[in-house]
Amino acid sequence: MLTPVLTLFALAAIAPGLQRVLRERTGTVLAVVPAALFGWFVTGLDDVTRGEAWMQSWTWVDELGIHLAFRLDGLSLLFALLVTGIGALVLVYAGGYFKGDARLPRFYAAILFFMGAMLGLVLADDALSLFVFWELTSVSSYILIGFNHEKEESRASALQALLVTGGGGLALLAGLLLLGQVAGTTQLSALEAQAAAIQSHPLYLPILLLILAGAFTKSAQFPFHFWLPGAMAAPSPVSAYLHSATMVKAGIYLLARLNPALGGTDEWHYIIMVAGTLTIVVGAVLAYGQTDLKRLLAFTTVSGLGTLTLLVGISTELSAQAAMVFLVVHALYKAALFLGIGTLDHEAGTRDLGRLGGIARAMPLTAAAVAVSAISMAGLPPLFGFVAKEFFYEAKHEAPHAGQLVTLLSFVGSAFVAAASGLVGWRAFLGPKRGETPKPPHEGSPALWLGPVLLAGVSLLFSLLPEQLAFSLIQPAATAMHGEHTELVLAPWVGMSPAFVQSLVMLAIGVVLYLLHDRLLQLGTPLRRLAGWGPARAYRLTLDRLVAFAKWQTRLLQGGVLGTYILIVIGTTVLLGGWVLLDRVGWPDPTFDEARAHEVLAAAAMVLGAVLVVRARSILFAVASLGLVGYGLALLFLFFGGPDLALTQLAVETLTVILFVLLLRRLPPLRSRSSPSQRVRAAVVALAGGALMTGIVLATAATYHPAPLREYFARASVPLAHGRNVVNVILVDFRALDTLGEITVLTVAALGVVGLMRLRRDAPEEDLK
Amino acid sequence: MIIRDSLILRTTTRFLFPLTLVFSIFLLVRGHNEPGGGFVGGLAAASAFALVLAADGLEKARRVLRVDPLVFVGTGLAVALLSGLPPLLDGGAFLTGHWLDAKIPVIGHLGTPFVFDVGVYLTVLGVAATIVFELAEERP
Repeated sequence: MLTPVLTLFALAAIAPGLQRVLRERTGTVLAVVPAALFGWFVTGLDDVTRGEAWMQSWTWVDELGIHLAFRLDGLSLLFALLVTGIGALVLVYAGGYFKGDARLPRFYAAILFFMGAMLGLVLADDALSLFVFWELTSVSSYILIGFNHEKEESRASALQALLVTGGGGLALLAGLLLLGQVAGTTQLSALEAQAAAIQSHPLYLPILLLILAGAFTKSAQFPFHFWLPGAMAAPSPVSAYLHSATMVKAGIYLLARLNPALGGTDEWHYIIMVAGTLTIVVGAVLAYGQTDLKRLLAFTTVSGLGTLTLLVGISTELSAQAAMVFLVVHALYKAALFLGIGTLDHEAGTRDLGRLGGIARAMPLTAAAVAVSAISMAGLPPLFGFVAKEFFYEAKHEAPHAGQLVTLLSFVGSAFVAAASGLVGWRAFLGPKRGETPKPPHEGSPALWLGPVLLAGVSLLFSLLPEQLAFSLIQPAATAMHGEHTELVLAPWVGMSPAFVQSLVMLAIGVVLYLLHDRLLQLGTPLRRLAGWGPARAYRLTLDRLVAFAKWQTRLLQGGVLGTYILIVIGTTVLLGGWVLLDRVGWPDPTFDEARAHEVLAAAAMVLGAVLVVRARSILFAVASLGLVGYGLALLFLFFGGPDLALTQLAVETLTVILFVLLLRRLPPLRSRSSPSQRVRAAVVALAGGALMTGIVLATAATYHPAPLREYFARASVPLAHGRNVVNVILVDFRALDTLGEITVLTVAALGVVGLMRLRRDAPEEDLK
Repeated sequence: MIIRDSLILRTTTRFLFPLTLVFSIFLLVRGHNEPGGGFVGGLAAASAFALVLAADGLEKARRVLRVDPLVFVGTGLAVALLSGLPPLLDGGAFLTGHWLDAKIPVIGHLGTPFVFDVGVYLTVLGVAATIVFELAEERP
C-alpha cells in the first residue's frame, strides 16, 4: 500500500512537466491514476468484508519502535475509495475549471501531493506514520487555500487554517505519544486489545483531550469551526475535495479509528457529543445566514461534520453504522454541490444568492446534479440522505446521556440545513430570477458537469439499491469502527414511522425558514455584529498578541548590541549553570595550601590585567591589559604541565592583539557608549560569571577522580597512535571527529567575517550612518 | 595597510617571515610527539603573514600568500575530510588512523592522522589570515 501513496507523490512531482506536454488533456490523463487506484481498492473489498485486512510494514526508526505501517480494513477502504474516487473527478473538473490558467501545473502538483498524503493518512497503521501524513495534509491544504496567493485574504485564510489545524496537530502528536506509552505500542490495530488498560489509566483523560484537540481542529468542530469557511478562499475544486469530502473528515476518521480503543467512556460521550451537537446547531444556523452560496455550503459542511462527531461520540453499534452511512452520503452530496456551485460561479460569474435565480434553464445538467444533491442534503426521501437520516434518528435514541436535548438540538440543525438546501438547490436554479449575473449563464464544458452529475448519479443509485450497493461498502467500515462485526439492516418501510414523521415536521419548518429567508436575514442584520465576537476574534487577538510579544522579546534579546548579547549569554549561563552546580554539587570548599609563589604571581598579574582592562581609558591600553591576562594564563598552563595549551594560548593571544590593532580604527572611543547603570549591570553579570567559573573549577578539582579515560589515552597513545604527545594524539586521532567539527566551525566563522566585512564595504556610504 | 612605515620592521620581516613559516611547519611536524601540532602551527603561519601585513601592507601580504586565504580554508577542510576516508574502504570507522610501517626521521610513523593535522594546519592558517586580511581592508 506504500506503492499507491508513492505513486501519487511521484505523479505530483511530474504533473507540472506533463502539463507542458499534454496541455488541456492533462487533468483527464492524470485522473486515470487515482481512478485505477480506486479500482484496485475495490478489489480489496472481498478480503476486507471477510475480515482479512491487507497489511504492510517497514521498520522506520527502530530505536523508537516506529514503523511505516499500512493496513487496509473496512474503514480505511471506505476512505481510500472516497479519496481516490472523488480525487479522480476533481482532477478532471480542475482541467475545465482552470482552463488556460498559467497556475494549473502548480495546482496539479499540490492537489496530487495532498491526495497521496490523505491516502497515506487513512491507510496508516502506525500512530506516528499517521501523524506524518496528517501534517502533510495540513501543509498541502495551506498551499491550496492560498492558491490565489496574490490576494491578502487568501494568504490570511491559508495561514489561519494552518495555524488552527497545525496547533491541533501538535496536541495530537502529544496525545499519540502518550497513548503509545500507555498502550506499549503505536500500532493502531493493536490498540483495541489494550482498551481496558488504556481507559483505566490515569493518563486516559489527558490523552483523550489531546487527541480530541487534534481531531476537532482538523474537522472544524466548534469552537474551532471558523477556519473552514475562511478556507473557502480556495478555488472550488479544492473546497470540494479537501474541505468537504476528504481532509476535514480526517478528524472523524481518527476518532472512528480510535473508537474501539478509547471510546465508550463517560468522558468520550460527554465531550464529543457536546462538541458535535453544538457544531451541528452553530453550523446550520450560520449556513442559513449566508448569501454567498459557497460560504453557505461551508457552514453546512461544519454542521455535517458535527453530525458525524455526535455519532462517533454516541459510540454504539447503531451509531457506528449511522456515522458511516452519513459519511458516504455527505461526501457524495457535498462534493457534488461544491463542484456544481463552482461551475455556476465559473459560468455565471457570481455565487451571490441575491443575484441568482432561474439558472436551471441555462445550465440544466449542473442544475439537476445540484438539485438531487440538495435533496440528499436535506435528508428527504427518496434520496440516500433520507436513509442516513433514519439511521441517525435511531442512533440518537441510543445516546447514553441527555438524549432528548441532543435530539432537539440536532432537529433544529436539520431544519436549518433543509432550508439551506432549498436555497442552494431550488432558489438559485429554479426560483424566480432576481437580477443580472455578471456573465450570461450557460452550461459548462463536459469536464465541469461530469463530476457533479456522476456524484449525484451515485447518490441516486445508492438510494435505489442501498442494501446491494452502499451497504456492502459501509458494513466493513462500520465493523472496523465498532470493533465488532455489525450488520446493516435497512429499516422496513412502515409508513408513518417516527423518523418519517420527524422528517415531515422538519421539512415543514425548513420550508417556512426558506420562505422567510429574506425577511429573517434582514431582521438578523444587527446580529451580524455579534459574529465579530466569535472564536475567530479570539484567534485574531491571540495572533496579534503573539506577534507583539515576539517583537518585544526580539527587541529585548536581540537588539543588535553586542554587549547585550554577551550579557544575556553569560547571565543565562550563570543562572542555569549556577543552579545545577548548587543543586547537584554544592558550593565547593577550596584549599590553597599547595600554591607556589610563582603561580600566585602569575595569577596576581592576571587579576591586575583584568582590573586594568576595566579601568582603561583607551582601547590600546585595554588591549594590552587584556594581553596581560592571556599571557598570564599561558604561563599558568606551562606551570601545570600543558606546554601545548601554553603554546596555543600564546599564538592566539598574539593574533588577538593584531586583530585588535586592525580593528582600532573602526571602534568608537571607550566610555562614549555605556552609561554608569549599564556598567554596573555589566559588572554584576561579569562578577557572577567569574564566580560561577571559579565554582565550577573548584568543584571539578574537589571531586576529581583519575578518570579511566585519561589513563587509557596515556597508555594507548604510543602503541595505537604512534605519538607521544597525548594532547595532539587525542586531537588528530582519538577525537579527530570533534576536531573536524571544530575546524568546520572555524570555517563558518571565517565565512561570517568575510560576509559581514564585504557587506559593509559594498554598502553605500550613507547606509552605514 | 601599513601601521607606520618602519625600515627596521621591514628589514626584520625579510628574515622573520621565512623563519616563522619554517617554525610553523616544524611545530606541525613534531606535534605528534612533542608540543606543537596543526592548530598552533597554523596560527604561527598566520602570524607570519600578519607580520608582512604590518611591515609592507595588505597588498604585499596578499601577494606573498598568492591565493585568497579562503582557498586554504577549503583545502584544509577537504584534506582533513579525505584523511578520514581510507579506513572506510576496509570497513573501519570514519577517521580511524592508518599507518605506514616505515619510520621517517623527525615525523616518526607516517599515517592518516598526520594528514588530518595538515588539514587542521591549512584550515587554521586560512581562517586566521582571512580574518586578519578582511579587517585590514581599507574602506574604499
